[in-house]
Amino acid sequence: MDTFTAIFLTVVSASTPLLIAALGELVVEKSGVLNLGVEGMMIIGAACGFAAAITFDSLIMGFIGGMVGGAILSYFFAVLVLNFATNQVATGLALTMLGLGVSGLIGEPFAGVTIQSSPMEFLSFVGEIPVIGPILLGMDPIAYIGFALLIGVAWFLNSSRAGLILRAVGDSPTSAHTLGYDVLRVRLYAILFGGACAGLAGAYLSIIYTPFWAREMTAGRGWIALALVVFASWLPFRLLVGAYLFGAVTILQFHAQGAQIAIPQQFMASMPYLATVAVLVIISASRNRAKANTPASLGRVFVPDR
Amino acid sequence: MTRYVKYIAAAFLAIMLGAATAAEDPTRVAFVYVGPISDHGWTYQHDQGRLAVEAALGDDVVTTFVENVSEGPDAERVIRQLAATGQDVIFTTSFGFMNPTVKVSEQFPDVTFGHATGYKRTDNLTTFSSRFYEGRYVLGQIAGRMSESGIVGYVASFPIPEVVRGINAFMLGMQSINPDAQIKVVWVSSWFDPGKEGDAAKAMIDQGADVITQHTDSPAPLRVAEERGVYAFGQASDMIAYAPNAQLTAIIDDWSGYYVSQIEAVRAGTWESSDIWGGFNTGMVAMAPYTNMPDDVAAMAQATVDKISSGELHPFQGPLYNQEGELVVAEGETLDDGTLAGMNWYVKGIEDTLPSSN
Repeated sequence: MDTFTAIFLTVVSASTPLLIAALGELVVEKSGVLNLGVEGMMIIGAACGFAAAITFDSLIMGFIGGMVGGAILSYFFAVLVLNFATNQVATGLALTMLGLGVSGLIGEPFAGVTIQSSPMEFLSFVGEIPVIGPILLGMDPIAYIGFALLIGVAWFLNSSRAGLILRAVGDSPTSAHTLGYDVLRVRLYAILFGGACAGLAGAYLSIIYTPFWAREMTAGRGWIALALVVFASWLPFRLLVGAYLFGAVTILQFHAQGAQIAIPQQFMASMPYLATVAVLVIISASRNRAKANTPASLGRVFVPDR
Repeated sequence: MTRYVKYIAAAFLAIMLGAATAAEDPTRVAFVYVGPISDHGWTYQHDQGRLAVEAALGDDVVTTFVENVSEGPDAERVIRQLAATGQDVIFTTSFGFMNPTVKVSEQFPDVTFGHATGYKRTDNLTTFSSRFYEGRYVLGQIAGRMSESGIVGYVASFPIPEVVRGINAFMLGMQSINPDAQIKVVWVSSWFDPGKEGDAAKAMIDQGADVITQHTDSPAPLRVAEERGVYAFGQASDMIAYAPNAQLTAIIDDWSGYYVSQIEAVRAGTWESSDIWGGFNTGMVAMAPYTNMPDDVAAMAQATVDKISSGELHPFQGPLYNQEGELVVAEGETLDDGTLAGMNWYVKGIEDTLPSSN
């Protein structure tokens, strides 16, 4: 494997969890709900996924476990913000703290255990293809699932009737309600989807990426996923660019350091965040462009009978 | 007269009672950890020390701990809370807890404090650390023998003296075997971020490193080494379970003896603030079993441990040059502890540029 392939594969594995978690959050925000608890759902996914993978001795069960764990935690969030109409920001922050605590409890018996992850065998023929062959072969299945999810979400939001309803709910829940759509139900599904995605991203971290369980192992990746949604200005394909930009900068700064290229590493580490700020400035500079994609009632509580 | 006797007897009784309750009153000991006790590394080893205190002193102590305390304003709040709620002895176990510990120790003169790896002391605040660099010198020698490419990857956390000293000691050990050996240093700006630590290890392996060592706390670099088929060293504790084919050895921090002796001194009333910096000779630094290496390499490593322990060898003995090639320590001399404690420069042969720690 040449250096380029090796670097590219590392970038893919660093970007995949960001992409998947951010895709989930994008759908949630498109429905008008701001869930700041991505970090909490991710870490719960990491703990549940790892626990399931070890208990059932199956990686697939691990990923399912992670998704279920993330979705269950997001269900608590949904009940609070939808049924009890609590403040979304405060509830989301509480969700992060809850997730960090509970995940430690779930993961405790599994500290110090590791998983042997095996490379994909079924695609060995693509390894023969020059240049991209080794890359395709070297990527893990979840990276492919991330791409599939991206295409699916983009199609869902832009081309499906259900996606149209979801966007209507996010832009003007009152109108959607008047038209007879069940706003809270749509938002519940979106929140559960977001939870499952964050859980899958977390399970990827503990099952494939490290692979072991450690407390607070997400180390802020949930927050990066949140920033990515804004960076992408709620457009799925820009999310791909953003996730790979974040991943690539992280990995390339390590390579630059290893190769003794004198770039201050603090500068490199802050690059993705500077990029996010720059995008925010560009978005807000042109109000029409910003409004085009930003869910109009993002973060606002909707109570049907009010 | 009888009244006098009565008074004396009552006073006597009171003293006896006081003494009796004092003897029954256990010493309350609290530990403040920077990471989770399940990290199987730095914090785990400190917690092993706490358990050793419980085992050694039994009913005479009650221990408690707070884990995952971040090195910021939170630390001061946690330490003050412990001091205010009747803890007799408080150990804070990360460099970044230094200033908060100093501050709280001044406000609670009756509480005994111990801070690991710092350099600021007060009348009721003692400092302690291990000469990990002795172990890192040994790791360097092993890497010098085991690396085929002559390139070693070093996953580093923050450019504080403790870490810089470790890199230098490792390099000197490696140079004593292979004068042309290279070291690649990657700073991940975190003590504990498994994802980043692993990515840094991958980057250096991709650049030709075939031995990985780390000054961060998670086993992620070891896992990467195991998967990529290169060698690595465990950090702070024996991590062989994570990398049965990759771990060569590990520097083990053994705090048990220190913690037990400190608590015994507090109970005996003989405790005083001091600066303990123990190496192989005190048992505070130990090596995990030598694995995945030929017998002669293991024998060489053990011989070096014995030499350092007996004082025959000092990792930082002259002639010693800095990165610019200037002579820092003359032949026959060794670097003094003061310079070691504040080390902020690289030795000759390290090509990395030290990031500014300000």
